[in-house]
Amino acid sequence: MYILGQQLINGLILGSIYGLIAIGYTMVYGIIGMINFAHGEIYMISAYLFAIFLALAGVFGIDSLPVALLFTLAFTIIITGLYGFTVERMAYRPLRGSTRLAPLISAIGMSLVLQNFVQLAQGANDQALPPLYHGVLRLGGEEDFVQITHIQIIIVAATVISMAILTYVINNTALGRACRATQQDRTMANLLGINTDWTISLVFVIGASMASVAGVLITFNFGSFNFFIGFVAGIKAFTAAVLGGIGSLPGAMLGGILLGLSESLFAGFVNTDYKDVFAFALLVTVLTFRPTGLLGRPEVEKI
Amino acid sequence: MAAKADSILVTEGVSIRFGGLLALAGISLVMRPATITAIIGPNGAGKTTLFNCITGFYRPTEGRIIFRPDGRDVVLNRLPIHKIAQLGVARTYQNIRLFGQMSVLENLLVAQHHFVNHRLISGIFQTRSFRKSEAEAVEQAWFWLEFMGMEQLANQDAGTLPYGQQRRLEVARAMASRPRLICLDEPAAGLNLQESEELNQLILKLREEHGVSVLLIEHHMGVVMSISDHVVVLDHGEVISDGTTEQVQQDERVIKAYLGEEDAEELQSVTKGAG
Repeated sequence: MYILGQQLINGLILGSIYGLIAIGYTMVYGIIGMINFAHGEIYMISAYLFAIFLALAGVFGIDSLPVALLFTLAFTIIITGLYGFTVERMAYRPLRGSTRLAPLISAIGMSLVLQNFVQLAQGANDQALPPLYHGVLRLGGEEDFVQITHIQIIIVAATVISMAILTYVINNTALGRACRATQQDRTMANLLGINTDWTISLVFVIGASMASVAGVLITFNFGSFNFFIGFVAGIKAFTAAVLGGIGSLPGAMLGGILLGLSESLFAGFVNTDYKDVFAFALLVTVLTFRPTGLLGRPEVEKI
Repeated sequence: MAAKADSILVTEGVSIRFGGLLALAGISLVMRPATITAIIGPNGAGKTTLFNCITGFYRPTEGRIIFRPDGRDVVLNRLPIHKIAQLGVARTYQNIRLFGQMSVLENLLVAQHHFVNHRLISGIFQTRSFRKSEAEAVEQAWFWLEFMGMEQLANQDAGTLPYGQQRRLEVARAMASRPRLICLDEPAAGLNLQESEELNQLILKLREEHGVSVLLIEHHMGVVMSISDHVVVLDHGEVISDGTTEQVQQDERVIKAYLGEEDAEELQSVTKGAG
């Protein structure tokens, strides 16, 4: 019973992180129909930026942890967003209007460039932060208990808040409306006076910001990272996006949580080594019965 | 230059070449403000290509397209599509291109994107200026819904409307972007006789009440002849006739282009014989 509770919580945490990263995949796919394989690296870079800005906060003499965290989070989001913008501007926009495969190859190239850039600039070793915060919440008795760290609570809260802001922006602002219009028919949106290139840039910035929230949270939690973490996280988040129905925002979040939970439950009750096998088997099963994913719409080919 | 003085759109020798194909070969035309100009011609004459040049979708290989929204000349050739739209050029497509998964009202709001406060921060915090500009846009949207008699459909998804209503919504959406020139690509396609008659009245009303200039591609000659002030006939990427409906109807080159050389001669001999 307590193991179940503990695994559910671990799964929820993992799932939130997958979901946040998956937003970037699903939004970019929705608006320009490409899989941004460099997205995982953006997440990896945000982990490094988090450590750098945290150190800078120390240099500037910000002693209070919450203030330092907010400072770090803000700057990490901005700089990661800038990375997202730059990647789109340099690697994808020049290829707009060419074959569907071209930006895909460019994305794989961009992923390698960013990975190697960080490896060269920051070294190939694992980086570690000292544990920043130890607060723990225990539910249950002396022997059996479910342990929730305060950081885990922050992760869930931050995920819910980011998702709420994003949903609000997409549904209730003029900019969100322009994004949805661009997603449905880019040419028509352009002909109605919307700067669609700019809208696409914005989507990349939003995706990168969400990934940077995930990067900050996970680094805050585990404290260790290296230049290669973007690969696995990217693949898992991509899986989450496809599972939930690529192109759908709630789908990305749902896919992330489902993937996190199933991985964590399988690891807790069956076998840790095979948890990824189970996660991907789940993906295959869902796609067999629902090719568009859980919340995806069947794609209508545009003429 | 004198010809340009009272005009909304002037094309000067606009040509476009796709590889070896000369799709437009020096199109020159002058469009007066608040008039309805029809562009007709056989299939492949270059009508839609001309539209694509005006709206910035294609870049002419040669020539200039001059738009005069408020007395000053703006050369459209090198402007990006959204800038041309913001200057006041709207267009509709032959096949309907609404935002199907958005409500009717939202379709009309998207068209006003340029006029509403679209800063991210203002939107998130719902600042006063954001709410004011949104309220104005919604008011404008309702104006067009009433104009089209579609008020009760405001919250329905655009994709679920019947065909005739979708066509009307397309025109309404184009008008909501506050254009000075609206380019309609076969607006009557797929409409029945009554619907297409209603559409004619609508286009006339747009011109009367809003002073918008209408550039129209239409195959339906009944529509063309009953509402146009000015007709331009294209064939093989060239202007073969340009004038009032009567002038164009009597132009031999037009008859030939439509019927083919031999049929036209036959027709002439028959009509002469009868006369």
